[in-house]
Amino acid sequence: MDKIYAHPKSLRDVSTHYCPGCGHGLAHRLITEVVDELGIREKVIGVAPVGCAVVAYEYWDFDCSEAAHGRALAVATGIKRVRPENIVFTYQGDGDLAAIGTNETIHAANRGENLSVFFINNAVYGMTGGQMAPTTLLNQKTSTTPDGRCAQLQGFPLKISEMLALLPGVKYIERVSLHSPQEIIKTKKAMKKALINQMEGIGFSLVEILSPCPTYWGLSPKPALDWIKNTMVKEFPLGVIK
Amino acid sequence: MDSEKRQKESRVKLLITGNEAIAESAIQAGCRFYAGYPITPQNELTAYMAHHMQDRGGVFIQAEAETAAINMVYGASAAGARAMTSSSSPGISLKQEGISYLAGAELPSVIVNIMRGGPGLGNIAPAQSDYFQATRSGGHGDYHCLVLAPSTVQECYDLTALAFELSDKYRVPAIILGDGMLGQMMEPIVVTKFRAPSLKQSNKPWALTGCKDRKANVVKSFYLKEGDLEKFNLKLQSKYQKIQREEERWEELFLNDVKIVLVAYGSMARIAKGAVKALREKGKKVGLIRPISLWPFPKKAFAKIRKQYLVIEMSYGQMLEDVQLAVNGQAGIEFLGRSGGGVPSEAEIIAKVNKIYHG
Amino acid sequence: MPEIAINKDKCKGCFLCVSVCPQGFIIAEDELNIRGIKPVKFKPGGKCTGCAMCALICPDCCIEVYR
Repeated sequence: MDKIYAHPKSLRDVSTHYCPGCGHGLAHRLITEVVDELGIREKVIGVAPVGCAVVAYEYWDFDCSEAAHGRALAVATGIKRVRPENIVFTYQGDGDLAAIGTNETIHAANRGENLSVFFINNAVYGMTGGQMAPTTLLNQKTSTTPDGRCAQLQGFPLKISEMLALLPGVKYIERVSLHSPQEIIKTKKAMKKALINQMEGIGFSLVEILSPCPTYWGLSPKPALDWIKNTMVKEFPLGVIK
Repeated sequence: MDSEKRQKESRVKLLITGNEAIAESAIQAGCRFYAGYPITPQNELTAYMAHHMQDRGGVFIQAEAETAAINMVYGASAAGARAMTSSSSPGISLKQEGISYLAGAELPSVIVNIMRGGPGLGNIAPAQSDYFQATRSGGHGDYHCLVLAPSTVQECYDLTALAFELSDKYRVPAIILGDGMLGQMMEPIVVTKFRAPSLKQSNKPWALTGCKDRKANVVKSFYLKEGDLEKFNLKLQSKYQKIQREEERWEELFLNDVKIVLVAYGSMARIAKGAVKALREKGKKVGLIRPISLWPFPKKAFAKIRKQYLVIEMSYGQMLEDVQLAVNGQAGIEFLGRSGGGVPSEAEIIAKVNKIYHG
Repeated sequence: MPEIAINKDKCKGCFLCVSVCPQGFIIAEDELNIRGIKPVKFKPGGKCTGCAMCALICPDCCIEVYR
C-alpha cells in the first residue's frame, strides 16, 4: 500500500503550540509540502513574524530568521539582496503585515523585491489575547472592540492585498482560504505559485490566507471555518487579485 | 577601478569628508549591504554608498524609514554579510528597536550616528548628546553595543574598519559615534587596503545560507522557555566582560607631568587638544585623555592618574558619569559642556582651566 | 483497502477531520490521550475510501493516508 498523504519532510515531527483548529498549523504544513515538492528545502530561508507564529522555526526544518514585529519584509529584503540565489519568504499575520509593518510591506512590494509573502489574515490579534486587527470585520467583537468594530471609531477592515495590487512592483496577489479541503488545495497551489515566481525571478508575490482563529472568534473549530465561508469572504473575496 | 589596479594602489591619499571616509572604509572592509534614510548631517555617507556600493559588489538601498533600514541590516547580517546603516540622532532613536534585536540575535553590524542637537527634532548643529543612548543600550533589554568615537577624518576611516572587525569577532552591533562637525569636515587621509573576507569565505557557521549539508540555522532573540533567556543573557554578559577587558581604547597626551587632565572625545577632543597645546605653551601642566572606545569606557586610563579632571562635552554631562565611575571619588572632577548648537571653544576651555588652576 | 493512520497523541481534538469525512467514519475516541483530551479514531468496521480530506484539513498533521 502506498502512503498517499505523509508528514512533509520539511515539517518537524513535533506538536505545535497552536490552539485546536487554528489555521497556522495548516498553513505551516502547506508551506512545507510545497517546499518539499519544489525540492528547495536546502535553499529556502523563512522569516517568522511576531505574533502567534513567532516560533514557526520550531516547526519548519529549514533556515529561518525571526523579525521584529512588522519588520519581516525589511529583514527578508536584507537576506534576499545578499543571497539572491536563496528562496526567501515571509510568514506574517494581519497585525504584523497590515498594521505595525504596513510601511515595510508597501515599500518592499513597491520595490518589487523578489520575495514570496504568506499573509495570514485571521481578523484578530491572537498572541496578545484577541485584540482588534486591521482586518477585523465591522461589528466583530474583540477584546479592544467589546461592542464590535465600529467604522466611525475604528475605521474599516483594511484590504491591504487590494491596495498592494495597485503597485507596479507587485506581480502576483491571490486571496485564498483554509475553510474547506477544496480551498486548502487552492491555498497550496497559490503558495506554490508564489515560490515559483520567485525562483523564476518574476518578483513580489503575496498570498493572503483567510485562516481560522477559533479561540478569539469564540467559536468551535468547525463553526470557525463556516464563519470564514459565510461571513469573512464577503468582506475579503477570494480569488486572484493580481 | 578593477581589483588588480586597486591591489597595486594599496596606499592612496584622499581628501574627503568624515562621512565619506566612513563609507569608503566600510566598502574596503567588505561591507556588502548598506541601507539608509536621508537625514542631515550624514547625507554624504548615504550618497557615497549610493555611488559606490553597486559597482564594488555591494547592495545599496534607500530605505523607506530608519526602522526598515536597520531591519534590512538585520536580514543582511543574518545572511552572513557585513552590513551597515547610518543616520543622525533622531533617526538613531528610530533604529533602537532594531539595534536591540541585533544585540539579541548576536548579529554583527555597524551603525553610524553622526550626532546632531536634540531632544526632539532639535537642530542640525553638531552635538554629543546621544552618549547615553549609545553606551547604555538605547533600546530595551540588557545589552551593549561596542562604541567607537573617531576624532579625525583619518580615524573615521580607521575605526569603521575596526568596528566591522570587532563586531564580527564578538557578534555585537558596533556604533561609530561622530557628530556633524566631524562628518562634514574635509581632511586628507591615507587609505589602506583591508583584506575583507568575501561572503563565501566568511566564517559564520550560524548564518542563513540554506541548510545544505547541515542542520537548519535559526537567527532569533526569543527565549520563551523558563530559564533560557537568563542563560542567554548571562552568555551576553560574559561576552561584554571580555570586551571590557580587551577592547578599551584611548589616546593620552602629557600625562607624565600633569596637574589638570582634560577629558574629551570626538570633535570636542580636537578643540581640547588645541587648548592643551596653548596652555602647555604658557607652562601650565595640562594633559588630555581622549576616550576612543566609549563602550567599553577606557577606565584603565584613569586608574593611574589621581589628579584634577576637567570633562568637556558637547552635551550637559553624559560621558561625565563614566569619568565619575572610573575615578570613583579618588580625584576632583570639573565639567564644561554646551549643547544644542553650542560648542565649548578653546578660549572657554582655557578660561575654565585657569580658574581651576588658580582656584 | 485504503486506510488512515492517526497519531492520537498529537491530536488536539478539533474534530475538523470528523466534519469532512464523507463517510462519517472518523469519530471521537473514548479514552483521553496524553494531552488529556479525546482524540479521534477511525470507526471500527468503517470503509475508508482514501479521499484524504481528513489529512488535508488536519491542522496538526496527525493523519497519514494509505491507498
